[in-house]
Amino acid sequence: MKLTLRVWRQKNAGADGAMSTYEVDGISSDMSFLEMLDTLNEELILKGEDPVAFDHDCREGICGACSLVINGDAHGPERTTTCQLHMRSFRDGDTIDIEPWRASAFPVIKDLVVDRSAFDRIIQAGGYITAPTGAAPEAHATPVPKPDADSAFEHAECIGCGACVAACPNGAAMLFTSAKVNHLNVLPQGAPERETRVLDMVAQMDDEGFGGCTLTGECATACPKGIPLVSITSMNREWLRATRKVSR
Amino acid sequence: MTASSEYVDYETGAPAVDGKAPSGPVNERWDTRRFEAKLVNPANRRKHTVIVVGTGLAGGSAGATLAEQGYHVVQFCYQDSPRRAHSIAAQGGINAAKNYRNDGDSIHRLFYDTVKGGDFRARESNVHRLAQISVEIIDQCVAQGVPFAREYGGLLDTRSFGGVQVSRTFYARGQTGQQLLLGAYQALSRQIAAGNIEMHARTEMLDLIVIDGRARGIVARDLITGRIDTYFADAVVLASGGYGNVFYLSTNAMNSNATAIWRAHRRGAHFANPCFTQIHPTCIPRTGDHQSKLTLMSESLRNDGRIWVPKAKGDQRPPNEIPEAERDYYLERIYPSFGNLVPRDIASRAAKNVCDEGRGVGPGGQGVYLDFADAIRRMGRKAVEAKYGNLFDMYQRITDEDPYEVPMRIYPAVHYTMGGLWVDYDLQTTVPGLFAIGEANFSDHGANRLGASALMQGLADGYFVLPATINDYLARNPHKGGITAEHPVVQEVVAETEDRLNLLLAVDGDRTPDSFHREVGELMWEFCGMARTDAGLRKALERIPQIREEFWRRIKVPGTGEEFNQSLEKANRVVDYLELAELMCLDALHRSESCGGHFREESQTPDGEAARKDDEFAYAAAWEFTGTGTAPVLHKEDLVFEYVHPTQRSYA
Repeated sequence: MKLTLRVWRQKNAGADGAMSTYEVDGISSDMSFLEMLDTLNEELILKGEDPVAFDHDCREGICGACSLVINGDAHGPERTTTCQLHMRSFRDGDTIDIEPWRASAFPVIKDLVVDRSAFDRIIQAGGYITAPTGAAPEAHATPVPKPDADSAFEHAECIGCGACVAACPNGAAMLFTSAKVNHLNVLPQGAPERETRVLDMVAQMDDEGFGGCTLTGECATACPKGIPLVSITSMNREWLRATRKVSR
Repeated sequence: MTASSEYVDYETGAPAVDGKAPSGPVNERWDTRRFEAKLVNPANRRKHTVIVVGTGLAGGSAGATLAEQGYHVVQFCYQDSPRRAHSIAAQGGINAAKNYRNDGDSIHRLFYDTVKGGDFRARESNVHRLAQISVEIIDQCVAQGVPFAREYGGLLDTRSFGGVQVSRTFYARGQTGQQLLLGAYQALSRQIAAGNIEMHARTEMLDLIVIDGRARGIVARDLITGRIDTYFADAVVLASGGYGNVFYLSTNAMNSNATAIWRAHRRGAHFANPCFTQIHPTCIPRTGDHQSKLTLMSESLRNDGRIWVPKAKGDQRPPNEIPEAERDYYLERIYPSFGNLVPRDIASRAAKNVCDEGRGVGPGGQGVYLDFADAIRRMGRKAVEAKYGNLFDMYQRITDEDPYEVPMRIYPAVHYTMGGLWVDYDLQTTVPGLFAIGEANFSDHGANRLGASALMQGLADGYFVLPATINDYLARNPHKGGITAEHPVVQEVVAETEDRLNLLLAVDGDRTPDSFHREVGELMWEFCGMARTDAGLRKALERIPQIREEFWRRIKVPGTGEEFNQSLEKANRVVDYLELAELMCLDALHRSESCGGHFREESQTPDGEAARKDDEFAYAAAWEFTGTGTAPVLHKEDLVFEYVHPTQRSYA
């Protein structure tokens, strides 16, 4: 396959960026999207040009590092991570636009690499259960009903990639935050911190400059792990409940 | 003595001695050591700084626990967030001797299985401690909210794993590593928020600072700005993972690397059993030269899938057109009692053998079929879907083939490294004050790791072992402070680091870092992969210094060191692979026996199985660095088996 790539190039956080055009040839349909970019970068290095910077690591869809907007869609045309997208989803002669996550809370570091540390700070605000090492009771002391355990797992699957934010017209982080709130709040182990968790995490989310939620639903459509939109509804309920309980 | 054991390009030094392992009954040793270890007064702990490199299961759990104890922790990861460490990709599960199934499991049985699985090349004391701690790990993780699979009654579910006769593997669908890592990451996050951990993401350790014989800090590069900084501490903990990426293609993450442990090795930490690498039998084969990494398919698939190749060489027919009589279900044929469930090392070697015979399938003949047609007939498609659905989807996404209709194609790939920095019972390396935990050390898996044991070891080391043993070192070596960036040793280490990076940028040759990585990786796969020979290893040992020489003549790294520069990061990691590869081959050459994942073709039984030589090689090989390209010194740690008596494994 022969492709035309239009790639966002930006030297560093302070510099202006622009789209640059590259031609790549000899692309196999078995390649992953990132292997296609590897091919481009090998050519750029040999030409003495700066290769395109992008985040990636496990390349099996679980670490959450890769983060490209492809033809306007977070992670591209399929519901998966960028690393699991393959070139068979494109046709010979296609022109492909490649951009970084676009959100004011995710400033660009270089080219396609953005700073997602705001997500870490949201978790630090309350996305945990206080259980210091050594203090744990026997694992079977507290049975967890299977539906609750399954629901916790479904939300815990979030890989923290940020596609939800990139897809959202408001740049909101509601789906990310709600996934962690729901994972921990549904479990009996998470109950003691149920109220502070949701209040503190939502407050941190707002402080980080993420936008507000208008229930557009783009986040859940882009999520490679299928975190459902109803997750946001559940978090809103948790938040309302906590506000009432704390103010009493 | 075979010819190979006369190979002399190394010297033998004093034996390696584990001075911290207590004596007495094996089940009392951990208690004994914990009691004998000195403690640090809680009020004094905050005066001690501990550096932790890496945030995977071992590093994440260690950082969180040390901070909870009151130490000041300074922690590093090269990823943009500690949540992305490669432990996250572990699929299958975590072993624990809970005996919830009442199926005869016990701490002693897990201990026994692990020593035997490691083909009698691990320390009994360490493995027993691991088995003891396994039960506490599950409690700890459940308390943190790790959503393990549960049964309808609300209790934890377990499953069986490779070659074991009890059901002791706890799991969270096919994402156990992810869920355990997020548990550790969340505990870490809590301590970061509390101000007890100073977290440096996107920062890579490039060297170790050793002053007056003790580890006192590291040199690290901020990957965004390129700035090289020094960090000082009372102890340094390496939790930087394994070195499987020396093979270029492996199931490791793209950026997993050996730099932290190799730089520590160069500064005096002995490197043990570098040739012990695990080749996992069920990975998706490569599709072409563009391949950047390999993806594992969980070994649980071998419970219901049948492995076969055509009987005839070069049979190009599609699998569905090859009649039953013309298929060779070779594992079932050679190992009738274990069939498709033989251990990983055996299954991998058998696949290599049939492909070497010219009977491999798929592009390049580097693959064998893993066929579910019988399982679908027997259980129905629905049941197969429920059991393996997400793995089938993953396979289909990568290969564009439907495994419900066409047999999967699989091939072995480098997965885990049992070798690593030599550590004593306290997990301390030969450099006082430098500790190594998780896959970065060598201690618990011998020559072959059992499935679902890596997660167990990472968390045992990080949550329970290191936080107990490091106290002893810190209590006996009180904080002296006073080290600054002006210290002559520090300035020297920083200058060496800067010189290395500047040289990489200055060569301005005509080959990319990846091209060299690929070249050394292919060489290692061919000569130090699934089967090793004296002649092949010698060839690799001749070739590696030549590649190294060419590297420093022809490497091309664009850009500067004062910016985000992924090519520079990569090139610097390849520098270390080019030295580590040599030690791996030398270790493989000197160990002229077969054991676990290390198969020497000269050492096999009449029916082609691995033949261990316990008289000659019942030791861990700890190598001391003496210089690039000069003969290292071998220190042998004799392994004593008082409880599990070495036997030759048989699966026929």
